[in-house]
Amino acid sequence: MIYFNDVTKKYSNSVSLEDINISITQGEFVAIVGHSGAGKTTLTKLILAEEKPTKGTVFFESTDVHKLSSKHLTDFRRKVGVVFQDFRLLANKTAYENIAFAMEAVEKDDNDIFQDVPHVLELVDLTSKAHLFPHQLSGGEKQRLAIARAIITQPNLIIADEPTGNLDPINTSEVVNLLKKINDLGTTIILTTHNRSVVDQIKKRVITLENGRVIRDDKDGKYML
Amino acid sequence: MFFIKMKRVIVSGYRNFTRSGFTSMASILIMTITLFVITSLIFIQAALNSSLDDIKEKVDVTVYFVPNTGDSSIQNIEDALRKLPEVRDISYTSQEEALTEFKEKHSGDYLTLQALDELDENPLGASLNIKAKDPSQYESIVKYFENDGALSEQDVTTIDKIDYHQNKIVIERLTSIINGARKLGFAVSLILVLISLVITFSTIRLIIYMSREEINVMKLVGAGEGYIRGPFIVSGALVGIVASIATILIFIPVSIWLGNQMTDFVGINLYTYYKSNFLQLFIIMLGSGISIGVISSIFAIHRYLRK
Repeated sequence: MIYFNDVTKKYSNSVSLEDINISITQGEFVAIVGHSGAGKTTLTKLILAEEKPTKGTVFFESTDVHKLSSKHLTDFRRKVGVVFQDFRLLANKTAYENIAFAMEAVEKDDNDIFQDVPHVLELVDLTSKAHLFPHQLSGGEKQRLAIARAIITQPNLIIADEPTGNLDPINTSEVVNLLKKINDLGTTIILTTHNRSVVDQIKKRVITLENGRVIRDDKDGKYML
Repeated sequence: MFFIKMKRVIVSGYRNFTRSGFTSMASILIMTITLFVITSLIFIQAALNSSLDDIKEKVDVTVYFVPNTGDSSIQNIEDALRKLPEVRDISYTSQEEALTEFKEKHSGDYLTLQALDELDENPLGASLNIKAKDPSQYESIVKYFENDGALSEQDVTTIDKIDYHQNKIVIERLTSIINGARKLGFAVSLILVLISLVITFSTIRLIIYMSREEINVMKLVGAGEGYIRGPFIVSGALVGIVASIATILIFIPVSIWLGNQMTDFVGINLYTYYKSNFLQLFIIMLGSGISIGVISSIFAIHRYLRK
């Protein structure tokens, strides 16, 4: 589903990723681990075409994501749900509207929105907070809301960049369970983290990055750094 | 789908506008100042034009005829003058009227009146008072009399004098003052409008800059360019609408005050002017407000929409 071919990414004078060759198949749950600055976030940005590689190509199915026109890029991003460490919710919209916005963006009609949004809010246990704005929610609630937004459009792939970075252990465990549940339903998930308990809880494939290079790629991995 | 999208964009723009209280207030305030400047300049132009019209009205040229010139001869010249494109109005004063006017003017001056009585016949000639469309055109009207062949030889001999040459310096000074005031007024207006436009533009840009993270999130969620841009444009238009209503309200007390206090000074009652041009002024303000808001939003958001 996703293929990194000899990808190198350099910022003005430092190397962030070097000679990356990874392939991820449909339905996998992949944890990408490494210390801060190992290149985890850069890797996700390359998949989303937020950054261009200095060398090499990134394919999503059979398309090179960095050769997409802005129109096709929009279409591509609609197939990918994204969850960030800092949540990146729309501050001016309520929890309900944040999720509805993602559906409006992909041009779903009003009936679908009225049906699906309450359903997803229930899934992430935020039904009672639907009318609150992000600044009125706790960290764990914000992240659950972000996940709800990511899955509402039923994407093939979810990229979660340090989704538990700002959460306490209880909320962390809830978020990981939620992601596992989503993965069980068939959605591919790429999760970056430097949290050992998260990796050990998932018990799926682990790719370890160090100084921009892949140093381990284990099928039933554990956190090893 | 188009109408659903339109509805969503408008609703979303309206919500952004009402929910970001402080930033909306800030842009309304700045936009109101801009519209206030624009409206003030319209007022100043109106006052300036009315004073200039007053001055222009006072400038004229009179052609005096030799006494006892035949009516037909004067009629010929008047007809010829009316054909000139520069001429706005001609008024004829007959010999008798000139005498009556003269007597009225010197009613306290017995010596002059007595001397006038001594004469057997009316010493005053008839005259034509000419008003040009523009003060700068008197020169060419007077030249018409001097041009060889423009008037028949007989007609030329009937003209006693033209008072243009005595008034020439005054007329030229007035013409240059009027033109200068026009140009200066226009330049100052243009500069002030430009300054306020730049300030409004920068404010809206700053507000959209604060939303750049949000714009990024919208892109990542898969929202198309139009769908991201739309609500910002709607908010910009709303700022323009609210600001133009605020400006039109502010100008009600302002114009009443100006009407009471400044009518003698500026030459027109600005409150009356405001009332009689209310709709037109409101449309100008609404139009400028909305277009400034929309255009600055489009420009400001453009750079964040590029990848």
